[in-house]
Amino acid sequence: MNQLHSFQAVPSTRNAFDAYSTLPEPPRPQSTHAPRAHTQQPIVTGTSVLGIKYEGGVMLAADNLASYGSLARFKDIQRLHPLGDNTCLAVAGDMSDFQYMTKLLDATLRADRSVSLTDTHPPFSPQNIYTYLSNLYYARRSKVNPLWNAILVGGWDKEKKESFLAYVDLLGTTYSAPTLATGIGAHIAQPLLREAYEAKAGVDGKGPLLTGQEAEELLDTCMKVLFYRDARSLNKYQIATISNDGVKISDSKSSETEWGFAEGLRGYGPQTQ
Amino acid sequence: MSSIGTGYDLSVSTYSPDGRLFQVEYAGKAVEAAGVAIGLRCSDGVVLGVERILHSKLLVKGANRRIQSLDDSIGLASAGLLADGVHLADRGRDEVWNFRETYNAPIPTQILADRLSMYVQAYTAYSSVRPFGVSSLVAGVDKTGPRLFCIEPSGVFYGYRGYAVGKGAVLARTELEKAVGKETEEGGVALTCREGVLEVARIIHLVHDDNKDKEFELEMTWISPESNMKHAVVPADLLAEADAKGKAALEEGMEED
Repeated sequence: MNQLHSFQAVPSTRNAFDAYSTLPEPPRPQSTHAPRAHTQQPIVTGTSVLGIKYEGGVMLAADNLASYGSLARFKDIQRLHPLGDNTCLAVAGDMSDFQYMTKLLDATLRADRSVSLTDTHPPFSPQNIYTYLSNLYYARRSKVNPLWNAILVGGWDKEKKESFLAYVDLLGTTYSAPTLATGIGAHIAQPLLREAYEAKAGVDGKGPLLTGQEAEELLDTCMKVLFYRDARSLNKYQIATISNDGVKISDSKSSETEWGFAEGLRGYGPQTQ
Repeated sequence: MSSIGTGYDLSVSTYSPDGRLFQVEYAGKAVEAAGVAIGLRCSDGVVLGVERILHSKLLVKGANRRIQSLDDSIGLASAGLLADGVHLADRGRDEVWNFRETYNAPIPTQILADRLSMYVQAYTAYSSVRPFGVSSLVAGVDKTGPRLFCIEPSGVFYGYRGYAVGKGAVLARTELEKAVGKETEEGGVALTCREGVLEVARIIHLVHDDNKDKEFELEMTWISPESNMKHAVVPADLLAEADAKGKAALEEGMEED
């Protein structure tokens, strides 16, 4: 018996069922022709993003981190993307899908601009861009090849003279509210945003909205809380302000944090008692 | 005209015995019959202007533009068959898209002019098609600065400091030579875009033949610091000023004669 033959004779344990596997799925049978696989998980990711309507516009917030799993891999990534004069995206989830999507939208807007001399129509409203995005994301999930993002679209509709804020995600799910947050932010920041929003505007939202300064301070607070509680966040973030004057994206900023309390934590880590 | 062609002008795939392609030359006639189109490369950008002849009083004001955008910072003005110009601009936008898709960068003006010229040239080499009946001015600003090219029906293209095509182009070119000549003089500088707009408008008015031609609309675009280095229509107030000054200069010239 030659060596090659004896090697093949060893039974493979590769495909055996492992009852104790911690993988989310059982291993698939190995074959020379692997089944065609689409995106099944995001790789480089951004964490939650926030949005709130204020008096005269919308503000969005996103930190500058793109994580590689739990590793804080890229710490200088802008996750706010302006589109045209009065719309801005805040994007969480897979960063390569984010880049692909913005490239596609930028090209679409550029193509529209280049025929605007001869084929005039009003510029795209935030609603137009949001509809395009939600169609794109639902179409991709229907091909079982989703773009792995959760997106907030913030804008100022110049025709209607009103603000716009809506959500779309990798499933093509859509909804709109005066305050929005994605991912873990929907659990931690959204209640804080709603509380402050409703304190002034009322539950029906008919009262006065927060001023620009109040909204920004509220977002600062929420980003700080998220930094304390979200292990995939970074204390370096930007805020986009979308109003009748256009889209303004701030420089990166940080919150003052206090970690003295960590000394008193017990239950895990290196403490002995 | 009777001896023109003599059988060698039926197809663009047949040379005449002295090596000419008559169909391409006839395409040039279509260009000469159209309202003038002028491009002027300035110190800080490029200006395009056309004399858009109004063949009917029923036309909507500002309709049927002859200057189109290809990219954020590239414009194309055509003289000749309007539909050919529109088709060429469409192709230009495809090239712009293709370049960005491949290299993730805006297309340099010269490369766009080169690609478009090869497209035009292909229409001079097959018997099943007719050559483009347009000369096109491609104006753009890229990292090499302001550039201006003219693509002719034969498919050749040259870069220019200033150029004119269409009816009265010869006179317009001598006027452009004067304007551009100042740049090459000792201590001379090129015109700015603002000055360029006035100059181009003046030349269009000068070249326009009030007696023979129908009325026209002045159509102007630029890529200048004032348009944020994007290809955009010249602001209405500046266009009105250029139009008025062009007319005034013409009347002044007539009094001198």
